[in-house]
Amino acid sequence: MWRDALLVAGKDLRIEARSRVATNQVAPYALVVLLLFGFAFDADRELLTRAAPGLYWVAVLLCSLLAVQRSFALEAADGARDGLRLAGLDPAGIFLGKAAAVAVVLAGLEVLLGGGIVVLYGTGVHHPLTLVVTALAATAGLAAAGVVYGIMAAGLRVRETLLPLLVLPVVAPVLLAATQAWRSALGLAPGDGGRWLGLLAAFAAIYLTLGVLGFGTLLEDA
Amino acid sequence: MSGPAIDLVGAVALSGGFPVLAGADLRVERGEVVALAGANGAGKTSLLRACAGLLRVVRGRAEVLGADLVAEPRAVRRRVGLLGHTGGLYDDLRVREQVEFAVRAAGGRGGAVAERADAALVALGLTGRLATTSVAGLSAGQRRRVALAVLVARDPELWLLDEPHAGLDAEHRDLLDGIVRAAAAGGATVVIASHELDRVAALADRRVTVAGGVVTASSAADARGAGTRTDGTAEPGGATRPGVARGTSHVA
Repeated sequence: MWRDALLVAGKDLRIEARSRVATNQVAPYALVVLLLFGFAFDADRELLTRAAPGLYWVAVLLCSLLAVQRSFALEAADGARDGLRLAGLDPAGIFLGKAAAVAVVLAGLEVLLGGGIVVLYGTGVHHPLTLVVTALAATAGLAAAGVVYGIMAAGLRVRETLLPLLVLPVVAPVLLAATQAWRSALGLAPGDGGRWLGLLAAFAAIYLTLGVLGFGTLLEDA
Repeated sequence: MSGPAIDLVGAVALSGGFPVLAGADLRVERGEVVALAGANGAGKTSLLRACAGLLRVVRGRAEVLGADLVAEPRAVRRRVGLLGHTGGLYDDLRVREQVEFAVRAAGGRGGAVAERADAALVALGLTGRLATTSVAGLSAGQRRRVALAVLVARDPELWLLDEPHAGLDAEHRDLLDGIVRAAAAGGATVVIASHELDRVAALADRRVTVAGGVVTASSAADARGAGTRTDGTAEPGGATRPGVARGTSHVA
């Protein structure tokens, strides 16, 4: 399973590095979203600083949809999904590999967006460890849930419009928990955000388990 | 290994609720080369996809390389190679990377990966600049050759070829024929669905006709088979082989 996961993740990341969709399209999109939030709040620096954690994670959520759609668009072209099924790879390995590749892309975008909120919204960091651990747990959850719902939508003609409808309500707990944990990390709320981190870890664990156990069936039905 | 490579009895498979296989019976012995003939929509592609475990058989019996596809359709995938209408290629991978990925996915490790990929690329004339070109930059015929190279590199026990000559020029059609002959000589079983009956007749031991999702006839091929059974005994050309094409029913 782990070998297959590495193989699939390596393949997806190599394709990503070559096509530069994340760097040339998703990253500028993410920054534009941050800018638009700034316009929407009338460039009120104080308000933007207070709202920064929520705005940041909404931007990450939108980027995660693009990353997941891209991950499955690769498999839709030229019947590659059949090739993947025929390759004889362990479905759990395929799931973990695709989720890992999405997570790596998301992590890069999160670093970029982090820089964006510091520069555009004037955000300061008070608990860097909480910030990083929250980001890691949230990224794992978003990637795992995204890949589970991505494969569900993959075989449908309406997959591009269906995926956000499936994913956004489901990842609402990630938005809530990551925002609250980051409020603590950025010094906007008291506490260390520990209980929100627990929720993020539980969400990631649930979707990683679901994916490992159920991806084979979902891949066959896609 | 014993037993047939493919043994379908009353196999039913659905696509969108429609029976694309409607009780198909087909038996292909190991090492045999079989040509599938039939009109568009007859069920040739569905038959190949079912044998590859990509199309679930919901009723009847379906055994491929000794594995029960009704119970576990994924069981044989690593041992089967399917060349479908699409190549299953990734546009942003280079040709060599594409072939190496397929070899690794099939369980290849270490130096054997590069060795098998090299041999396949040479066999399909995909060397030099072509090997390092992104798949997106290839012509349709070159993409077809890459898909074939993947198949050659994986070296499956059962080759399922769906219109394999489509998009290839005369030189590479001949090359493909040579590859099929070499695979058969090496003990692989080959099933070719094609509308180019004359060409595949020269490759096949037997021709099987498909219509309405069932096998309607089976006869010795004209050229390679030339009325000869795979066991070397004479068989009247064009005669149906009892016990091979068992099903003659059509979709209701």
